Amino acid sequence: MLTRRIIPCLDCRDGRVVKGVKFQGLRDAGDPPTLAHAYELQGADELVLLDVSATPDGRATAVETVRKVREVLSIPLTVGGGVRSAENARKLLEAGADKVGVNTAAVENPKVIRDIADQFGSQCSVVALDAARRLDGAGWEVVILSGKKRTGLDAIDWAAKVVEFGAGEILLTSWDRDGTRSGYDLELLSAVSKVTNVPVIASGGAATPQHLLEALDAGADAVLAASIFHDGEYTVQTIKQFLTDRKVPIRP
Amino acid sequence: MAEAPKVAVIRTGLANLASVLAGLRRAGADPFVTEDPSDVGRSPYVVLPGVGAFGPAMERLNDSGMADRLRERYEAGRPTLSVCLGLQLLHASSEENPGVEGLGIIQLHIRKFPSTLRIPQLGWNEVRPESSAAYLQLGYAYFANSFHAPSVAEGWTPAHTTYGVNFVSAIERGAWLACQFHPELSGDWGLQLLKNWLSLAPSRIVKSEVKAC
Repeated sequence: MLTRRIIPCLDCRDGRVVKGVKFQGLRDAGDPPTLAHAYELQGADELVLLDVSATPDGRATAVETVRKVREVLSIPLTVGGGVRSAENARKLLEAGADKVGVNTAAVENPKVIRDIADQFGSQCSVVALDAARRLDGAGWEVVILSGKKRTGLDAIDWAAKVVEFGAGEILLTSWDRDGTRSGYDLELLSAVSKVTNVPVIASGGAATPQHLLEALDAGADAVLAASIFHDGEYTVQTIKQFLTDRKVPIRP
Repeated sequence: MAEAPKVAVIRTGLANLASVLAGLRRAGADPFVTEDPSDVGRSPYVVLPGVGAFGPAMERLNDSGMADRLRERYEAGRPTLSVCLGLQLLHASSEENPGVEGLGIIQLHIRKFPSTLRIPQLGWNEVRPESSAAYLQLGYAYFANSFHAPSVAEGWTPAHTTYGVNFVSAIERGAWLACQFHPELSGDWGLQLLKNWLSLAPSRIVKSEVKAC
């Protein structure tokens, strides 16, 4: 039976792991290969490396960071942040990413999803879908540019569309919950997982093992979290034990 | 300590080879990427990786002459590891690109997973080998596949996995090992499998015949 995945996320800038709330007030949290290896030893099923650099120099560093992480990592690695073209994706895949996440560029030019799927296969084409509750409360809209811009695009329709364009997986982040430690947006998660047949990774808002359990119950195939692991509050191992005790299929 | 064994990794196109190269290095090998069919003929170890689609990959193997060298290598029984799409390419055909002939080393067909499942299968699933397997052990492996081998060819020892349906997740015969999952992404268990194959395969050579399609 396919097990559910626990995925720590490393936000990286200029070759270092950083942490902060909604990319504000970033603090240094360590060396990417060291942290990546530590998470693998704890039982992480996969890692996401999100490049939050704001400059071209930072982007070039990200490729180097991927290369260093790959040498020590024996589990899958998804890399996202600033990917604008199949050419950007190729550089990251050649450096050792197994999947590439596209966010803003996918909204501005959906063909980039198709290009990546055609050249490298749907299984490496991840669409990072950032959604926020509409201001009038009716449903969710897609947000881009790290949450700075509301697009008006319906998030549920967009989830169904990216699969038609060739996405092999959706990384779904609730922009309302991200950094709030109030749990994943379960309604959003359940709505998205119903309209697509590709795996959905839940992201944004996790603070306790219970939150991860709720997301998996709501239809997530995998759960992503950053701060609860970085702060050392929980290890991947303790969370896996919590989920296994509650009959969730988890890799031992 | 003995010298690190040279492993020729076939470039099948735009596949990401970094993970498979890093995995082989961690297993103690000295891998290199090749597009030269003569490397497939002479290298002590060959890896046929594969990310992408069945049809385009077969076209490249045929055009480059790699396909014939791989069939000869199978007949000679020399150590060869096929990963993911690599396993599927050994077969006669695939539902992914009907009408395209595979390498035909295995005269069986590759099928798509039922559409009631989430596709691709992405994640860790249990691999259950038959007890006579030389390289494979019980454990969890990382899969990223939409297609699968439903049945086992005669003369091969299988491992099975369940994703909605029961499918063949790996096969071995002599010095040949083919995995639907990614050993290079399957943690310590995958690393041990690569080590097993590197150390045991040279002493397990079995000659075979590829039947004409």
